[in-house]
Amino acid sequence: MPNEPSNPLALIAELTHRCPLHCVYCSNPLEMQSRANELSTEIWSRVFQEAAEAGVLQADFTGGEPLARPDIVDLVRAARSSGLYVNLITSGLPLEEDRLASLVVAGVDHLQLSFQGAREETANEISGTKSHAQKLRVLDWLKQHRVAVTLNFVIHRRNIDQLEEMLALAESSCATRIEFANVQYYGWAFANRENLLPTRQQLDHSVELVKREQERLQGKIRIDFVVPDYYAKYPKSCMGGWGRKLMLITPSGDALPCHSAQVIPGLSFENVKDRSLREIWEHSAAFQKFRGEDWMQAPCRTCDRREQDFGGCRCQALLLAGDARATDPVCSLAPLRPKVDAILAAANSLPTTVGAGLAPPAAGQLTRPAWLYRPNPA
Amino acid sequence: MPPELNSRPRLAPGCRLGENNQQRVLLMPERALRLNGPSLEIVERCDGNHTVQQIIVDLQKIYSKAELQKVEQDILGYLALLQKERALDFEL
Repeated sequence: MPNEPSNPLALIAELTHRCPLHCVYCSNPLEMQSRANELSTEIWSRVFQEAAEAGVLQADFTGGEPLARPDIVDLVRAARSSGLYVNLITSGLPLEEDRLASLVVAGVDHLQLSFQGAREETANEISGTKSHAQKLRVLDWLKQHRVAVTLNFVIHRRNIDQLEEMLALAESSCATRIEFANVQYYGWAFANRENLLPTRQQLDHSVELVKREQERLQGKIRIDFVVPDYYAKYPKSCMGGWGRKLMLITPSGDALPCHSAQVIPGLSFENVKDRSLREIWEHSAAFQKFRGEDWMQAPCRTCDRREQDFGGCRCQALLLAGDARATDPVCSLAPLRPKVDAILAAANSLPTTVGAGLAPPAAGQLTRPAWLYRPNPA
Repeated sequence: MPPELNSRPRLAPGCRLGENNQQRVLLMPERALRLNGPSLEIVERCDGNHTVQQIIVDLQKIYSKAELQKVEQDILGYLALLQKERALDFEL
């Protein structure tokens, strides 16, 4: 068989698309699954068992909001008893103190608590709901539990000037890791891109700050920083390569090679209700589509970096170049890089609504952008 | 900064030993490290009971053909790497 795959290492379990938040950069697809279509506890439990048998080490429980599943404690227990390391990626809503304790007892290894900013006003604006105060409560409860805690900040134009406050929040908590993930432009973020892209000046300032703080906090808090790839010279190695390390299961059971693979026309996805995880991983046409190098176009096909970044992101190629086989247009070697440069030029000519450590912005620049908020599925 | 010899390393919350296809691994947030031979011997002793010094003595016995100094340096280097990954707490 050509492109024989190694085994998957992580399973991204999108348990539901329901969520109390409406974040303007949500990575969920624009068309979301309803509650009626969600997989049962039993099917998820089988999927975790099959994943562990196929070599998967870690399960990422995400959504939507995984806590919206009434059976979340059972799902955690099922994944953990299958031998998986359980990451719970959550907004902290809806959560009570005793439910948190049950989740830890059931086997959550690592809890990633998302924050939309260090300041309540920004955070509530970005999430489209009053959520910040509850997150602070959850962060305080976590001090009672032996579980790894990451504070997860999605970074963009409106909060990139708050990194120091975000770090202070982490230092006052039991977190051992903080993730500054600059927005990647898919789904809802793609729709809101103009209001989210930071300026070059903001980005440079944040990169410098992160470098300094990584040194200061070494051994105490690990800082992971994800750059906005529109500003990068070379594309990200998206998902560690298509069908090489990760698989994502949607709330209704479709197996995807990445979060937004459904935007690529002509791909059809197998469902875990019909086939085993290993069968899907090894044989499904969607996973085979961009494995290896046969699909590559110039300049990727002969590029020295093709085994490092695999030509970048297929969904980004589709969104920006209109062709999922194209070189990711964020690559400086891509024929369509000028298109990305034009997007950046536009973003850099807009007034910055935040200061990035510079003079405070004038009041008039703080008007709220016309966000496209993510709604909730039925 | 190298860890102090009298401190007792312990796996940090969310870091634990796991196994997959007969391969021992150190599982941690967003990462997994394959453990073989000496690295496994070290991590198994990061239990909050052994001091760094005791881990060194133990491994010098197990790998008695290796140079004592080299074993010590390798252990300190590996503990420093795990510390950088934020996989260890050092208790005094």
